[in-house]
Amino acid sequence: MSNKNEVLVHIADLHKSFGATEVLKGISLDVHKGEVVAIIGSSGGGKSTLLRCATLLETMDKGTLAYSDVVVAQDNEKGQAAYDKAAMLKARTKFSLVFQDFNLFPHWTVLRNVADAPHNVLGKSKAEAEETARALIKKMGLEGKEGMVPCDLSGGQKQRVAIARALAMNPEVLFFDEPTSALDPELTREVLKVIRDLAAEEMTMVIVTHEMRFAAEVADRIVFMDRGVIVEEGPAEQVYNNPQHQRTRDFLSQASE
Amino acid sequence: MELTAMFTALLSGFGMTLQIFVITLVGALPLGVLVALARMCSFKPLALLARFYISILRGTPLMLQLMAWMFAPYYLFGLSLGSDWKFVACAIGFILNYSAYFGEIYRSGIQSIPRGQYEAAEILGYTKAQCFLKIILPQVIKRIAPAIGNEIIALVKDTSLAFVLGIMEMFTQAKALAAALANMTPYFMAALIYWFFTLFVEFVLNKIEKKLSYYHD
Repeated sequence: MSNKNEVLVHIADLHKSFGATEVLKGISLDVHKGEVVAIIGSSGGGKSTLLRCATLLETMDKGTLAYSDVVVAQDNEKGQAAYDKAAMLKARTKFSLVFQDFNLFPHWTVLRNVADAPHNVLGKSKAEAEETARALIKKMGLEGKEGMVPCDLSGGQKQRVAIARALAMNPEVLFFDEPTSALDPELTREVLKVIRDLAAEEMTMVIVTHEMRFAAEVADRIVFMDRGVIVEEGPAEQVYNNPQHQRTRDFLSQASE
Repeated sequence: MELTAMFTALLSGFGMTLQIFVITLVGALPLGVLVALARMCSFKPLALLARFYISILRGTPLMLQLMAWMFAPYYLFGLSLGSDWKFVACAIGFILNYSAYFGEIYRSGIQSIPRGQYEAAEILGYTKAQCFLKIILPQVIKRIAPAIGNEIIALVKDTSLAFVLGIMEMFTQAKALAAALANMTPYFMAALIYWFFTLFVEFVLNKIEKKLSYYHD
C-alpha cells in the first residue's frame, strides 16, 4: 500500500509578493509520503510564508499547488495562480498545521480543543471523537489534563495539545511553523521529543525550524531558504557538512555561533 | 399620603420600567451583533450604512428618538395609531438606540480576538459561521462583559426617558406623585428603587463575569 515515492505535496514555481516586496521567488518543493522535511534559513527568508501558502492561509500570486491528485491552484492563461474552491475544500482535509504560538481555543478544555473539530467538522460521533482525542492526549504525555483549559498549561504542554489537535484530524501531512520558537529550552525538548516520535512513525512532516541540530536529526531532507528562494537542499550531512553555496555557508557559520 | 401607598404606586410604575428594560435587552443584545457584523462587512455600502446608523443613533438624544418613533406614523403616513403604539414606539426607540452602542462594543471585542484564532479554525476546517459562533463569539462575550455591563446599568436609568411618551413607568409615576403631593419624597424614593435595582443588576453581572473567569487569555 504505502509507496515511499508517492508525492503528497507538490509545489511548483510559487511566487508571492506583499505589495512591492517579492517574498517568494519561484519555490518548487515536493514532499513524499513518510518524508520529514526541515526548512531552515534566516528570518525574513520566506519560510513561514511558504508554509502559509501551502496551508492556504495565504494565496500565492503564481504557481502550482497540489495535494496528491488534488490540484488546488495552477496558473491560468494570464500566468496568475487560479484557485479551485472545491479542491481547496478537499485539500484542507489532507493537511494540518501547528502554529508557533499554538492558537489553542482558550475557552475550551484540552479535550474539547482536540475532539471538537473531528466531531463538528469531520462528522465523527462525539464518543468516537473523544475516545480518539483521549488517546492522542495520552500519547502526548498529557493524560489527566483533559479537563484543563489552555491557560493552566505550560507552553510545551500547550504545543503538545496543539499537535494532538492537528493529529486528531488525521492529516496526511503535518506542517509545523517554528513549533518551539515561543518556548524555553526545557519546554522545547518535550515538544521535539513528540515530533521525533511522530517521525519514527513515518508521519509526513514539513517543519520550519531554527533548531539546527534537531532538524539534522529528524529530517530526511534539509531545505535551506534565503531571500525567497531555495538555495540548497539535501540530506543534513550534505547540506551541513558540505554546503555548495556561499549563502548556505554564511548561514551555517552564523547559526553555529 | 402614606409612604407605603407611595411606594406601592411607584412599584406599579417600576413594573413598566422593568418591561422596557427587559425588552430593550432582548432586542438590542442580538441586534447589536448584526450591527457590528454589518459595520465590519467587506461589502462597503453595507458597512457605510451601518456607520451612518450608528452615527445617527449615538449622535442624537434618545429622548428625541423616542418622540420621532412616536410621531413618525402620523407625520410620515398620516396614520393615527391607537395608544398601543406608544409602547411599540418606545420599544423600537430603545432597542435601536442600544443596538448601536452594543454593536460598537461587540466590534471592539471582535477586533481584539487574535488572527491566529481564525487561522486555527480555518486550518481545522470549521465553516465561517461555526468559527464565529463557537470560537470567536464566546471569547468576545468574556472580553466585553464589563463594557456591556456598563451599558446595561445605564439602561436601568435611561428607561426614565419613556416619560416623554407618557408611558407610566416609575419616573412618570414619581413625577405625578410629586406634583400631587407638592413635595420631592416620591423622587427620592424612586431614586432609591433605581439604585436598589442597579445593585441587583450589578450582582447578576458580577456572577456572569465570575462564571466567565474560568479561563484567561
